[in-house]
Amino acid sequence: MENSFDVIVIGGGHAGCEAAAASARMGAKTALLTHKIETIGVMSCNPAIGGLGKGHLVREIDALDGIMGRVIDQAGIQYRMLNASKGAAVRGPRAQADRKLYREAMLKTLSDYPNLSLIGEGAEDLILNDDGEISGVMTSEGRALQAHAVVITTGTFLRGIIHRGKDTISAGRVGEKPSIGLAETLERLGLPLGRLKTGTPARLDGRTINWDACTVQPGDNPPVPFSFMTDKITVPQIPCHITHTTEETHKIIRDNIHQAPLYSGQIKGTGPRYCPSIEDKIMRFADKESHQIFLEPEGLDDHTVYPNGISNALPIDVQEKFLRTIPGLENVEVLEWAYAIEYDYVDPRALKNTLEVKALGGLFLAGQINGTTGYEEAAAQGLVAGINAALQASKADVSRETVQTFTLDRSEAYIGVLIDDLITRGAPEPYRMFTSRAEYRLKLRADNADQRLTPIGIELGCVGDERTKSWSDKSDRLSKALSYVQSIDSTPNELEKHGVKINKDGRRRTIYDLLSYHTITWDDLALIWPKMNEISSDIRKQIEIDANYAGYMDRQDADIKAFKRDENLTIPSDLDYSLVGSLSNEVRQKLETASPATLGAASRIPGVTPAAIMALLRHVKMNGTKTHVA
Amino acid sequence: MIDTIFALSSARGRSGVAVIRVSGPQAHQSLCTLVHGKTIEARKAHLCKLYYPQTHAMSGQVIDHALVLSFDGPHSFTGEDCVEYHCHGSPAVVQDMLSLLATLENHRMAEPGEFTRRAFENGKMDLTEAEAVADLIHAETSLQKQQALIQMEGGLSSIYRMWGERLKKGLAYLEASIDFADEELPDGFLTPILVDLSDLNRDIAHHLDDNRRGERLRDGFSVVVIGVPNAGKSSLINILTQRDVAIVSDVSGTTRDVIETHLDIAGYPVILSDTAGLRSNDLGDSDHDKIESEGIVRALDRAKSADIKILLIDGSVPLEKQDDIIQHKDESSLVVINKSDLPQKVDIDALKISTKNQSGIEDLLASIKMKLDDLVGSASGEGVSLTRARHRQNLSDATFSIERALQGQQLDLMAEDIRLAMRALGKITGRVDVEDLLDVIFNDFCIGK
Repeated sequence: MENSFDVIVIGGGHAGCEAAAASARMGAKTALLTHKIETIGVMSCNPAIGGLGKGHLVREIDALDGIMGRVIDQAGIQYRMLNASKGAAVRGPRAQADRKLYREAMLKTLSDYPNLSLIGEGAEDLILNDDGEISGVMTSEGRALQAHAVVITTGTFLRGIIHRGKDTISAGRVGEKPSIGLAETLERLGLPLGRLKTGTPARLDGRTINWDACTVQPGDNPPVPFSFMTDKITVPQIPCHITHTTEETHKIIRDNIHQAPLYSGQIKGTGPRYCPSIEDKIMRFADKESHQIFLEPEGLDDHTVYPNGISNALPIDVQEKFLRTIPGLENVEVLEWAYAIEYDYVDPRALKNTLEVKALGGLFLAGQINGTTGYEEAAAQGLVAGINAALQASKADVSRETVQTFTLDRSEAYIGVLIDDLITRGAPEPYRMFTSRAEYRLKLRADNADQRLTPIGIELGCVGDERTKSWSDKSDRLSKALSYVQSIDSTPNELEKHGVKINKDGRRRTIYDLLSYHTITWDDLALIWPKMNEISSDIRKQIEIDANYAGYMDRQDADIKAFKRDENLTIPSDLDYSLVGSLSNEVRQKLETASPATLGAASRIPGVTPAAIMALLRHVKMNGTKTHVA
Repeated sequence: MIDTIFALSSARGRSGVAVIRVSGPQAHQSLCTLVHGKTIEARKAHLCKLYYPQTHAMSGQVIDHALVLSFDGPHSFTGEDCVEYHCHGSPAVVQDMLSLLATLENHRMAEPGEFTRRAFENGKMDLTEAEAVADLIHAETSLQKQQALIQMEGGLSSIYRMWGERLKKGLAYLEASIDFADEELPDGFLTPILVDLSDLNRDIAHHLDDNRRGERLRDGFSVVVIGVPNAGKSSLINILTQRDVAIVSDVSGTTRDVIETHLDIAGYPVILSDTAGLRSNDLGDSDHDKIESEGIVRALDRAKSADIKILLIDGSVPLEKQDDIIQHKDESSLVVINKSDLPQKVDIDALKISTKNQSGIEDLLASIKMKLDDLVGSASGEGVSLTRARHRQNLSDATFSIERALQGQQLDLMAEDIRLAMRALGKITGRVDVEDLLDVIFNDFCIGK
């Protein structure tokens, strides 16, 4: 059996799968190490991919030839484009997944992946060489595997505790054993740890639900695929259902709130505000009479139903009582009860923007272990960590500091926003992506992820031949069509003859200019210029969207220029902040904790004032990149 | 370690009392050295002897008897530990104190404005308040002082902060409807927000529509005197300023350029400009005339932008010969007839003065004050007004963006516009953060499946 690799990825969740695939695509000899091969690609929480902000991440992963988009397109059983009416920039693709199909598609994709070995063993410990550098991983079977770089994507395994009423179980997820050795090694590295909490609802038997009492929520027809490489969704599509909590539900929960670990003081970790448990919703928003519940099917031939919206950690008898007060669930059978889990995470401010641990070169962390929630956030980090691990391993003979790195900034991708937020702000609550986190949201759209990122990926070497060919074809067609609509123009008077009314200022406007008007459609203009009909529908859609945002792009481009200026002002990593004049103690501590790489990153740390940024700028400019003697 | 800074905070030169301010982490330490370890209670005045320190050649000798005030950070002007020494105002004492402080470890002379900058950096004040400190220090008239004080107490920043809060709430709601589209947000929850944004825009427009009163108060009202050559413009200005600023002579056309002087008229800061006499019709091509006609062009330019034009008529010359002047009569003008001491050839209803025997000057000052009252009084804002063009520009940008958002069809673009408006407002006082928005969203709505 092979014992020597360039990169080893520990963990077969969404971060691990994407990290292993990215590393392998980069040409690095890669191993994916996980307890059980069968659990690769398991969706441990709700069976869905995408959503607002999250859908953007999936498209970006896909644009860099990642696997998540193509896998969900083989498993999606209900597609919905969220915010379809609110502007293309905030549209979020989302799909309900068939758990089994997803797992199978993921396993098949990775099994066939060139340069990648799947190893069904746990990771017992890291192996460091005499210089204290990463040199491999010791498996649970006692095998020493060599590697130049290691990516840890083990989720909530660090001191995981499951709560259900008064009961607590020390564990990862239900039915999975926690990895002790690795946890102890991480602890020895002295990485700063924090504690978070998340929860999950009960799993229901769909055969015992009265569906007639629920509202039907159909999917989009036709479904819009996630991947730029998927032409058409062939998986059968089914609708979802919605029901609501009742006053009776709320009363039962209120009466038993003292039994909820979150309210009894048993749970100390911070939970996500955007995904509160039902106890939290009822206590904090007392005047709301009802909360909606999405009854999400777990698969086409699986009768398990995931009731999204009622995660809790109440004792089983209370759970049973309140479930039965919900329309449609009066006679429901429960397959698995709800629980909350508390776990340690590594404060991501201990990481570089490549997701490499600052304190230990060659070790990368990705996914929930960094304080994020969500499959998409995990996969995005896996992609970045996997590529950087591979870059580092490919240059094993040069010092780690001089190796080429792959990073995206906030003006390039949601992936950049995600990683920058993590390493500059940390994760005081489980971090989830929102479109409002992206300052350059109008530019970072799900529809143009390929335009933004595929060329970068091709240049870097993480995009395969098939996608390279497909992109070069699309980009040809796009630029031809764009140059056509931007070169043909007309005056208001000429346009009026064709029934297109516009302010009579005598200005000539191109087709592209005209498309930015709400009142003018592509079809209106195609009557004047029939050649427009030759443009294929995917390119046409793209041009229509681009034109829609054209009026805001000058401003956004100017903002991005200013942003890049600050990003290019690097701060030496060994800067002694006590030498920077007039920083308050509070600000100094914040800067020391995050040790931002650039002035721009420093300015995004909460509590760092504009004045402190000025002082920092002055100091760095005056002292250049000189290192300081403390 | 941050430097401890010091400076003479009162005026230079001989005075009754001189105040030396010290601020920084070692301010208390240097105080302890200077008072030979005597206990100084914070925020209480102590009369004590200041001694030369042991390291000094005159070690042990007394520098001065001084009143000492000590403040513990953050409860001080700069937010740091601060000490004020109220010494005797002799240049020798001040010089000794300053050179002595400079020898102490980590102490150095403050740069101009550095105390205020530290206060700003330590979060004791925001940008508008810091600007107000500068304005207060430079205030020359009582109204200027009043305005700076209101602003320093946060008058302006509290208004801008309030508007910022309203924008933030508006944006948070727009963002909620975008990022939590799948949640059960209350029906029509955006309606009151759009109404408030539209109200807010009216409030900002109202604030902008203040006749530039705050900026004028800060920068001074411009008053221009125009008249035919030898009408007595320069003499009038000399009387008003009570000192010789403009060149005054009997040869007509001596004042070729615009000469400015700053005065205080009933609390209003006024910039008074003397101009070349207007007699464009009979100028020739000689070099002298060319220079003079250039002066006339400048005079007319200045008159156009002035807040008040004093049209000075020579009472001893028939009005027909002063058409050039009288044609400038409008709302901002004040017609004044000079030379009331000579036989009058002008018969119009206007204020009469004589620069020669200085009669009618009080009436003229009263008329100018009334005009200024009008200018300020017609402003719609109450109490607090814009003081800088920087604020005006950013506020105009904000209203433009809000207006565009209200006209908007598409939620993502509307949100972008409100974001731009917030950024414009934030430029005046500070900045806004995404996490702030999420706080509003999570506090106001039950989000989460």
